[in-house]
Amino acid sequence: MPLSKDEVRHVAMLARLSLEPGDEEFYAEQLSGILAHIDRLQQLDTESIPPTAQVVEVANTLREDVPRPGLTQADALANAPAAVDGFFRVPSIQEEA
Amino acid sequence: MSELTELTIKEAARLLRLRSISAADLVTAHVDRIQQLDRRVKAFLRFTPELWDKQADQADKRIKDGDPGPLVGIPMAVKDVLCVRGVETTAGSQILRGFKPPYTGTAMSRLFEAGAVMLGVTNCDEFAMGSSTENSGYHPTHNPWDLDRVPGGSSGGSAAAVAAGEAMIALGTDTGGSIRQPAALCGVVGMKPTYGRVSRYGLIAFASSLDQIGPFARCVDDAAITLAAMAGHDPLDATSSDRVGRDVLNNYGEGVEGMRLGVPREYYDVQGIESGVKAAIDQAIKSLRDAGAEIVDVSLPHTDYGLAAYYIIAPAECSSNLARFDGVRYGMFTEDAENITEAYMRTRRKGFGTEVRRRVMLGTYALSSGYYDAYYLKAQKVRTLIKRDFDEAFQKCDAIVSATSPTVAFPIGSKTQDPLSMYLCDVLTLGGNLAGLPGISVPCGMSEGLPVGLQVLAPQWGENVALRVARTYEESSGVKAEVAPLD
Repeated sequence: MPLSKDEVRHVAMLARLSLEPGDEEFYAEQLSGILAHIDRLQQLDTESIPPTAQVVEVANTLREDVPRPGLTQADALANAPAAVDGFFRVPSIQEEA
Repeated sequence: MSELTELTIKEAARLLRLRSISAADLVTAHVDRIQQLDRRVKAFLRFTPELWDKQADQADKRIKDGDPGPLVGIPMAVKDVLCVRGVETTAGSQILRGFKPPYTGTAMSRLFEAGAVMLGVTNCDEFAMGSSTENSGYHPTHNPWDLDRVPGGSSGGSAAAVAAGEAMIALGTDTGGSIRQPAALCGVVGMKPTYGRVSRYGLIAFASSLDQIGPFARCVDDAAITLAAMAGHDPLDATSSDRVGRDVLNNYGEGVEGMRLGVPREYYDVQGIESGVKAAIDQAIKSLRDAGAEIVDVSLPHTDYGLAAYYIIAPAECSSNLARFDGVRYGMFTEDAENITEAYMRTRRKGFGTEVRRRVMLGTYALSSGYYDAYYLKAQKVRTLIKRDFDEAFQKCDAIVSATSPTVAFPIGSKTQDPLSMYLCDVLTLGGNLAGLPGISVPCGMSEGLPVGLQVLAPQWGENVALRVARTYEESSGVKAEVAPLD
């Protein structure tokens, strides 16, 4: 089923992607085309088929709960676009009251 | 010394042992070749002279001390999704421009310990999403066999570097065919291991249940040697198997006498397969039959649904994995945003390219409330059916053979406007990812002057089987990967 522009706006918000002029039409058209192909999955009866999330044989790999070296603070911050006093700097998170 | 750029690992190792050449000579020959050609091929994004100097020097010392390791001094290129400490790694994306990983991934550190010498970072589709390397956030890469054509993707830079003689081996990643398809299109060997065979630690994730790291080389032996060096359990990747890595080489030198090779009719007659590709595959199958294999018909009845299932599962996982690119801890950041949500949204809109945004949107949609059962859960159930298809086929055969790609390399720009036509490039490879199988692509001749690849898929943990079939084919057919005649 084709995507409406409202749906595109909703999904873009969920995906944290801002929309520029032309984006709504672009995504609506392109995603609808891809979903039209994907809709063939509905032809298959999968009522009794379990889902496969991953194909490996291993499950719940555990390790001893012992400390081991991690990144230093300097390493962790080295790629930050903005860091202040050992913290990542971001725009304000809360609105002013 | 241009012939140094045409050597295989075994040939190079022999010359190094004899001291006819040094590891430094080998690096110099490849760097010269890169300087001469890469303006046209554009396989590389960045070079690592500080690493190659240091590593070649260490390799020469190790050789002097009698180290017999096969990879000591071997020049290697690394795809731009694989982290090496201090080396700018961007996943082919503007959003990560300038990012220097604070650690080295396990596969790379194992190869460095084995003595490989890193030449540089190769181009790829952004976040490994694509089949042509045209989605790179930097520039397209050109196929060394015809510079107007794509090298395939997403690991197109690595495939092109090996095909052009700019590197002896290279690393790629394969989520739906991103090693095997460019290997086929560039006329080199490329292998995707069983899911869990090689640690993904230090691989910038695209779709975590499908991604695997694997080698490119110009012969099956070289791919096998490279894979064996990086395979094996890693406590830093919870999905890595504790099977012994060197198992990939078990019995691998034996021929195919008495082996049953399955030809899935859905792959053999796949929609859009070119007649020249089919002719090359027919010839390859004949060659394997002549070498003693029994060829059997098998069926993978859900093949027609594979692409649809893949294009839900991979984008869904990508939309989740790529949530971390928010411009806070690394990468691009948009100044002057009013609040943090706006900062995230503007950074991601600007930093991600068209294909990545398309897949993030698709994946987010498929996972969103009200659609999860219809799309994501449904796709996971179909994944089960596809895996069962392979399980049943492997009851009747030891390995599966087919074309790797339905077509030879296509002209740059010819598929960029129609995402579905690009996605169809992977129709013969993505089943292997959905089922977690090992697969190799080996050159099997030319069509219209361009390379064709033969794909061999084996049951999980059957790398040795896939390698054995590929090596027997290579030996008995006499078809060898060659350095593209670019000069």
